[in-house]
Amino acid sequence: MAWTAAVALIVAVVVAVALLLSDRRETFQSEAYGVTRQVGDAVAAPVSGALAAPGRWTGLGMENLRDYLFAVSENRRLKAELKEARQWRDVAIALRDTNDRYKSLLGLKTEPPIPMVAARTVSDSRGPFANTRLANAGVEKNIQPGNPVMSESGLVGRVIGVTRGASRILLLTDIASRTPVMIDRTNARAILTGDGGPNPKLDYLRGKDPVKQGDRVLTSGDGGVLPRGLPVGVAVKGLDGRWRVILASDAAPIDFVRILLFQDFSQLAKAQQEELDKMPVPPPASPVASLVTPGAPAAKPPTTITATVTSPAKPPAAKPVAAKPATPKPAVKPAAPKPAPATPPATAPPPQAAAPEVPF
Amino acid sequence: MLQCLGWTLLFGIPLRVFSLQLPEPVFCMVPAFAWAVIRPSIIAPFGVLLMGLILDIFWGSPIGLWALSLLTAYGVVLLCRNWMVGQSRPMMWAWFAAACGIASLAGFLFTRLDARASPSLIAVFWQFLATILLYPFAHRLIDRFEDADVRFR
Repeated sequence: MAWTAAVALIVAVVVAVALLLSDRRETFQSEAYGVTRQVGDAVAAPVSGALAAPGRWTGLGMENLRDYLFAVSENRRLKAELKEARQWRDVAIALRDTNDRYKSLLGLKTEPPIPMVAARTVSDSRGPFANTRLANAGVEKNIQPGNPVMSESGLVGRVIGVTRGASRILLLTDIASRTPVMIDRTNARAILTGDGGPNPKLDYLRGKDPVKQGDRVLTSGDGGVLPRGLPVGVAVKGLDGRWRVILASDAAPIDFVRILLFQDFSQLAKAQQEELDKMPVPPPASPVASLVTPGAPAAKPPTTITATVTSPAKPPAAKPVAAKPATPKPAVKPAAPKPAPATPPATAPPPQAAAPEVPF
Repeated sequence: MLQCLGWTLLFGIPLRVFSLQLPEPVFCMVPAFAWAVIRPSIIAPFGVLLMGLILDIFWGSPIGLWALSLLTAYGVVLLCRNWMVGQSRPMMWAWFAAACGIASLAGFLFTRLDARASPSLIAVFWQFLATILLYPFAHRLIDRFEDADVRFR
């Protein structure tokens, strides 16, 4: 009897070892996630959602009660914040204007807005060996492995598996999570490495004193996996003497998340190309332009398509601040629907569009 | 087994009480320990394997990680069961803690090999602490089988 149990144990161990060796959960390949996990997630998402509902309702009730009881103090706090925010708004408008001028001078193309999907997290794994969450949105909303996930406060992680109605999010704190980040103050690069604890480590920090207590940490966009500039958290010195990050997403419960439908930078280049393809074809440049262009100075912008709107000869300061739209506009302005001028500026770009480059 | 998986599902909801998250004990350690103490069986290792795989799928850890960790603890308890049977409750609790420690250590080592990075020992310790508090359930399970089995009378 005992030896048969021992044989059964050995067989079970062999099966477990084989499964563990064949598992590749953190890759970007959707095939690597496996059908078993997809089915598991598809089943677990609605069940966990139903189980979490009473807790969510209780939380909402408590929040409503708190809002009612502390309405006066909240009102005072919000008024003070609004006063401060108005000052910041003036600064932001001035900075936006300066920024637009620099972009105009440099012919800089920034990334277009990234589409996103809202989802609710329905289950949460907080153990030392796995830190993942299950969100109730899946392939039907075009979510793909690798998409970054944000809460209202900052970056949460990225999607590692998708099925119908559910997607698995690998949190920044997971042992398999590696995120390229930068320190906002010094621009120093590092890799944010999860270890199962609440505060992931900053590895591979370079430079002399690249970080100090309280520095803001953002995604660097290196490697093209994540967009640049997403808020991650604040740097702190850990008890073990290593630099760690207090995650911005920990500031509030991660009930609702935003899944950015971002794959890599080639996706942005494609989006720009599609936007340009929709525009009317500009008329051919006049022969005069082709005669003038060879003698043009070397101050030509590096890119070809958007450079048509970024003539350095144009005085950029002429734009009135108040005339700007309140919402951020897409980076790629309409290229050249208007006819070419009779006497084009000396820095006019060649009319033929080359392959779009995205200088980030 | 189903009860353990149900409790695991319940503790997996993203709930915060006074801004604190719920602990994440390994409920499946209870049957893994109790089955090994009760008697050697052919079905039990496969039951433990199944529970571990479900845990891995639900928690999103590498498939086979918890299955192997639980089986390691189950195997050690099976080897030592002759020393454990008939001991007092506090002593059995200590044995249960040792089994939980073995499962946590196995999980730590397998994760280290798999991810080539060390998990946080503090996080491992918190989970270990939450799991050893579950011994009364294992004791109840062992008692029930001892009462039901005429050979123990």
